[in-house]
Amino acid sequence: MTLTAAPVASAAKLVTMSGAINRALRDAMTADPEVVVFGEDVGTLGGVFRVTDGIARDFGADRCFDTPLAEAGIVGFAVGMAMAGYRPVIELQFDAFAYPAFEQIASHVAKMRNRTSGRVHLPIVIRVPFGGGIGGVEHHCDSSEAYYAHTAGLKVVTPATVADAYTLLREAINDPDPVVFMEPKRLYWSKGSIDSAVAATTFDSFGHAAVRREGNDVTLVAYGPSLEVAMETAVAAQDEGWSVEVVDLRTIVPFDDETVVASVRKTGRCVVVQESQGFAGVGAEIAARVQERAFHSLQAPVLRVAGLDIPYPPPKLEHIHLPGVERVLDAIARLQWDDSPDIRFAVGNVNGTKGGAA
Amino acid sequence: MVPIISHFWQILRQESAERDHDVPDRSSASSLDRALAAPAPEVNDVTTKLSTPPPQTASADRPFSRGLMPAPIPVQFLDDTGHRVQAITDDYLEPAHQQLLAAYRAMVIGRRFDIQATTLAKQGRLAVYPPSRGQEACQIGSMLALSDGDWVFPTYRDSMALVTRGLDPLEILEVPRGYSHCGYDPMATRTAPQCTPLATQLVHAAGFAFGEKRRGRPTVAMAFVGDGATSEGDFHEALNFAAVFKSPVVFLVQNNGYAISVPLSKQTAAPSLGYKGIGYGIASEQVDGNDAMAVLAVLNKAVAHARTGQGPVLVEAHTYRLDAHTNADDATRYRDSHEVDDWMRRDPIARLEAWLHREGLVDDAFVASVAQEAEAFATDVRDRMSIDPVVDPMSLFANVFATPTPQLLEQRAMVQAELDAEAEAEEASR
Repeated sequence: MTLTAAPVASAAKLVTMSGAINRALRDAMTADPEVVVFGEDVGTLGGVFRVTDGIARDFGADRCFDTPLAEAGIVGFAVGMAMAGYRPVIELQFDAFAYPAFEQIASHVAKMRNRTSGRVHLPIVIRVPFGGGIGGVEHHCDSSEAYYAHTAGLKVVTPATVADAYTLLREAINDPDPVVFMEPKRLYWSKGSIDSAVAATTFDSFGHAAVRREGNDVTLVAYGPSLEVAMETAVAAQDEGWSVEVVDLRTIVPFDDETVVASVRKTGRCVVVQESQGFAGVGAEIAARVQERAFHSLQAPVLRVAGLDIPYPPPKLEHIHLPGVERVLDAIARLQWDDSPDIRFAVGNVNGTKGGAA
Repeated sequence: MVPIISHFWQILRQESAERDHDVPDRSSASSLDRALAAPAPEVNDVTTKLSTPPPQTASADRPFSRGLMPAPIPVQFLDDTGHRVQAITDDYLEPAHQQLLAAYRAMVIGRRFDIQATTLAKQGRLAVYPPSRGQEACQIGSMLALSDGDWVFPTYRDSMALVTRGLDPLEILEVPRGYSHCGYDPMATRTAPQCTPLATQLVHAAGFAFGEKRRGRPTVAMAFVGDGATSEGDFHEALNFAAVFKSPVVFLVQNNGYAISVPLSKQTAAPSLGYKGIGYGIASEQVDGNDAMAVLAVLNKAVAHARTGQGPVLVEAHTYRLDAHTNADDATRYRDSHEVDDWMRRDPIARLEAWLHREGLVDDAFVASVAQEAEAFATDVRDRMSIDPVVDPMSLFANVFATPTPQLLEQRAMVQAELDAEAEAEEASR
């Protein structure tokens, strides 16, 4: 299914992604009294990114409240509240600070429906501000989506546009299953418009990637924080004579094979762009799926442009780690445009005879 | 006592004395009078079904006299020979006779079930069974202290408690039989799935009980944990969350001496696991976990304390796992038989039975009839075990998500095709 970005109403006011998420929380809380919001600093302060700004004030400390500083406790508490019929929306303040909660997420949140044969389900949304590009110090910039995507039973969502931040979060809160909602920190202050008049019941973005830009020569698959890089690359590639199509996954789980494969069958080439370190990451899964399903349409190997396989670097060096337009353009250039094979990995040892990473 | 603890003790006692000014003064004698005046639960109730009689709440509105501090030694009502001893404080009422009779009966049935399950595991008919023989007073006392509307958050070793709660033993055994991850309906039975990742379900209890309290419901959650799991982070986070949110949870630590092979001395330097509640602002207690009367007395009050909005309670019950960790474990590698023999002499069933006899509350005929009932219970379990449930392989895909993803549908089709081909080949070979 192909969707483009939500239409911008002429009178629509521009809001930040942080504001759009705030609006989605408020609208969901108004629509359903069972929705409760909690986590560290989400109450009086309104969250360290101000995502929950004013919600405790406007909905009361009964609906939006601070918890002790313990992530496993926050997630476990949400499991209990969900069992008692609530729809908890919890915030784990930073990507790397969510790790203490991983046991609760992997062993309980993800498995409860399955281990109880469907008798207990957990409509929990776990909001995780994630990714780099904000000059954050260590432990504040991890891309942790692959851990969650690898865990059966979790839906993993990451918005790349302001409009999607609103609709995907509303849909996540409505979803009967647990959703890890990964908010790209670097996009919190990006601006766009939302159409909150859209009735919650019409949300159907889960499992439906969006074609953000149409093109004929190569497909860039991106999600969350990497969409912007892909879109900028598409513009730059025009000068090189390449017509680039950009697919935004929106939800990593459920994964939209249909849209991705349809695009690659049309263009014949594919590059996956992700900010996360590449090894065993989401991009690897996408590359595998594309070659399984579109092998005979491919003019070149599926390439990945990903973060380096290193722990997240200090702020002054993060620009080297993060995939940028140049690195994506370099990958596009390697897609066998003149029918000569890309022999980087074909001769010498398996790491190639010359320098340069995939 | 350890000096530091004595200091705490003074502070906390002072705090509790101050708090006592705020509550109406009720002497324990008048509480006892009220308890005795309360309509007695029908004994027949518990002989026909293993659910619980209404617990006493006479001392509910009275805070613990020592504030947050547990008793310096475990609370005991019956000594090892079943003689009544003076309880360490007047915080606790002697449980009603009906409750004690119900406990006796449930302990006998519970033990018989446990032995049956261990036998089935040795026969290879259960993949594994973690027994709790020796811990009957905790397993049964914790259930009889609850009301029907309350919730239980058990571990894998609490099958005997679930049998007492009235769950179908075959549904409990579905997990070790290998047919499912949880055989009973948690919502219908108000019993969370038996939890294996240690202490993780305690936080669920804190959240669940808070959610119920928020709706104005009188639900109490009984959450189980072993001595080893008190070292887990989730144990501490659960205590802290429950205390901060005043969740009506009773945390019952069954200290059975060992975390598989590791003795308590390697688990903690605390004088009692009961002390672990103090730092979180939780009223704490320790009790002789092989004394059913004491366990009931303490848990009756703990449940009432939680139910009346006074916050969670932590109770450490000192008990002993007479059997190995599971049938796959060899306990002789880490403890000697004298230790086991010592604990055999403190048997919770024999102890209560001796007291009931002495008080003239039971006679040989009653004891024999309970034994017979337990035997019938075990026979029923064995008989029903002879029928293997049919499990649909397609159910693997049914409850990953509410609606399977396209990828799961693809895999389901693949498995279906494999099964069809298998069936076809079988048909052809006939």
